[in-house]
Amino acid sequence: MRKSRILGWLGSAALAAALAGAAHAAGVPTDGSIGFQESVTPNMDMVEKLHTIAFVIITAIVVLVLGLMIFIMLRFNEKANPVPSKTSHNTLLEVVWTAAPVMIVLFLIAVATRPLYYLDTIPEDAMTVKAIGNQWNWDYVYPDHGGFEFNSAPLTIEEAAEKNVPGRLAVTEPMVVPVGQKIRVIVTASDVLHAFAVPAFGVKIDAVPGRLNETWFEVREPGTYYGQCSEVCGQLHYNMPIEVRVLPQAEFDAWVLEKNPEYVKNEGITTEARNTNTGE
Amino acid sequence: MVAIDGHSDAHAHSDKPSFFKRWFLSTNHKDIGTLYLWFGMASGLLGGFLSFMMRLELKEPGIQIFASEHTYLVFTSMHGLIMIFFMVMPALIGGFGNWFGPLMIGAPDMAFPRLNNLSFWLLPVAFVLLVSSFFVQGSSGGDGFGGGWVMYPPLSTSGHEGPAFDLIIMGLLAAGFASIFGAINFITTILNMRAPGMTMHKMPLFAWSILVTAFLLLLALPVLAAALFMLFFDRNAGTGFFNPAMGGDPEMFQHLFWFFGHPEVYIMILPAFGIVSHVVSTFSKKPIFGYLGMAYAMVAIGVVGFVVWAHHMYTVGMDVDLKLYFMVATLVIAVPTGIKIFSWLATMWGGSIKFTIPMMWAIAFIFLFVVGGVTGVVLSMPAIDVALHDTYYVVAHFHYVLSLGAVFGLFCGFYYWFGKIFGVMYNKLLAQIHFWTFFIGVNVVFFPQHFLGMQGMPRRYIDYPVEFATYNEISTYGAFITLAGVIAFFVMLAEAFIVRRPAADNYWGEGATTLEWTLSSPPPYHQFNTLPRVK
Ligand SMILES: [Cu+2]
Repeated sequence: MRKSRILGWLGSAALAAALAGAAHAAGVPTDGSIGFQESVTPNMDMVEKLHTIAFVIITAIVVLVLGLMIFIMLRFNEKANPVPSKTSHNTLLEVVWTAAPVMIVLFLIAVATRPLYYLDTIPEDAMTVKAIGNQWNWDYVYPDHGGFEFNSAPLTIEEAAEKNVPGRLAVTEPMVVPVGQKIRVIVTASDVLHAFAVPAFGVKIDAVPGRLNETWFEVREPGTYYGQCSEVCGQLHYNMPIEVRVLPQAEFDAWVLEKNPEYVKNEGITTEARNTNTGE
Repeated sequence: MVAIDGHSDAHAHSDKPSFFKRWFLSTNHKDIGTLYLWFGMASGLLGGFLSFMMRLELKEPGIQIFASEHTYLVFTSMHGLIMIFFMVMPALIGGFGNWFGPLMIGAPDMAFPRLNNLSFWLLPVAFVLLVSSFFVQGSSGGDGFGGGWVMYPPLSTSGHEGPAFDLIIMGLLAAGFASIFGAINFITTILNMRAPGMTMHKMPLFAWSILVTAFLLLLALPVLAAALFMLFFDRNAGTGFFNPAMGGDPEMFQHLFWFFGHPEVYIMILPAFGIVSHVVSTFSKKPIFGYLGMAYAMVAIGVVGFVVWAHHMYTVGMDVDLKLYFMVATLVIAVPTGIKIFSWLATMWGGSIKFTIPMMWAIAFIFLFVVGGVTGVVLSMPAIDVALHDTYYVVAHFHYVLSLGAVFGLFCGFYYWFGKIFGVMYNKLLAQIHFWTFFIGVNVVFFPQHFLGMQGMPRRYIDYPVEFATYNEISTYGAFITLAGVIAFFVMLAEAFIVRRPAADNYWGEGATTLEWTLSSPPPYHQFNTLPRVK
């Protein structure tokens, strides 16, 4: 089985790569893919677009260097060119190969700045979820919905297989957010460093004890999306996945009521209650 | 005074010291250089073994090889520390720097020969301290330290209560002081002991690279030492430099660490730049193209290398304007790096290239360094790094510049100077086999890891979702090929010392123009008693 997988990979690497993103469900990695996981947020769209630009440039550079090297090896080897030239300066050439990288760098700075600020500017109207990294599971808190909280621990490989969900990714109880709504995630940790990351969202931020970091995303499609702890945190670092279930607003509201029956939508909660809920 | 000088000279010529005196009390720069090379080789074997076990474990999903997950993390952490501090640095700087720094500038020895001895002998002490941590309680998970080579607190403080990490702190401090002493020695030697007529602007590029590297060591290592001392006090003396509960800040450690850690990257690659320059020039039978640009590009890389450190920590929760600054500063490094790449190509252009073993390593170095360099450009942009940070893309990137960059530079220099150092020549066929298996092997290991990173596979994972299986399997096959390459290397080495083909003084011929080629192979125990004059 393993053999055939490799053969299949060799046979259709390019095709698989091209189709991988489209053919596979979003939110999980795709075996054999050479690109990003399918983007489901404007955040990851930004990342992907910038990466495409950068990728074209770096590929051109690598091809240029490789081409020059092959030409040089063919044209200026001992047999083809027995008498070496003695040139060791060419001011024009040196100016060109200093100026060209400068232009490329300026171009990259120009295209990379806006996505940077876009990703880092948390929208004012975002709904807040707090994620707390522990060795080796996550706590999620919903301060905007009465401050209920729950723990999200990894499923074992056997449990995951039983439920037919991806192993090393699925959890006992996922973080749940509404679709099409801007979500602010406040991230911290209770013991050592962790990092909250969901590749399909274009989100990764360190969870640091004693510190509140924040990031945001807005998911286009309902679905289940997975990520993994991305800062080494001890022996079970490999086993503290992140699962985010994205629901239509009505289903999300129903879920909130189930978690916190006392919460009344749109009535909000008093400032006092909010403070006690978000405070440490 | 004059009489004493004359006497010691005559004595030194007549006989070499006894074995113990020569190798254990050595103050001779060439002997110390040789010790560094063997030491680097031995630690490289241990570091390579650790990474091979990691690749075996990752061959398929599930946990097969390691009895505990903690041990896997210990292997990753120690692989990084050993390869950086005990393989690449000793071999490139201690080995080749000691051997060819003085020879290339026409100096009889290093400025402070006894300090040189101390620099070397601190290293085995450091190594013993570091390796003994394997067998000492680390965390509740078991023996050894598993917090990564970056040693971030709180995992390295409250996360590792056992004494294993204290041993590592001690070991790294010893290795750090060894490097600082070495740096002082190199700077003094290169600034003061160049042969008459050898101005800075006539100095060979390898000597330039060692000079710049020495300055980087001198400025960066004290910061690492300070950070390590603070970790030590946080762990053992009740301070809270990095403990948020006591008003400290874990992020502060990351700033200190990377203020050292980023220059460290250039510490490992600059000597390789120097070596490759000489090899490319020798076998193109042409002088280096744009010599001054090459020298000052290294200086520029060294200077700018000190102000880019936080690009290793974009996801720490940094101010957005600060991220913009670090992105711009990082991208700027592409300019001097580009100058180096194009100057190597221009050196080859119009040349009469002979594809010797060292030249093959040099050409491979240039290409692979470009591949590793351009992924660095990608990672320098925080808006892309958010997807790739701490994934296998980063692992692929830095192994392309180190495992395929610095290490290729290392082998390049080794084959270039093999006859000069050991006085015997290697078998070309065996060396070819070594090159090709190693070249194919490391590329098969690391190229697919870019794809794993793009798909989001995080680093330092002993087990992974099945969706990452294919490329992990291919990567592990690459490790088998690389292992064959390493075996070929040692066969090549053994064969050369058994057959002992004598090496001529200048076995590369007309293209080899630096001063070491004016001496015998190996050079006399003491050289340049009459200083050479450089026109
Ligand atoms: Cu974690």
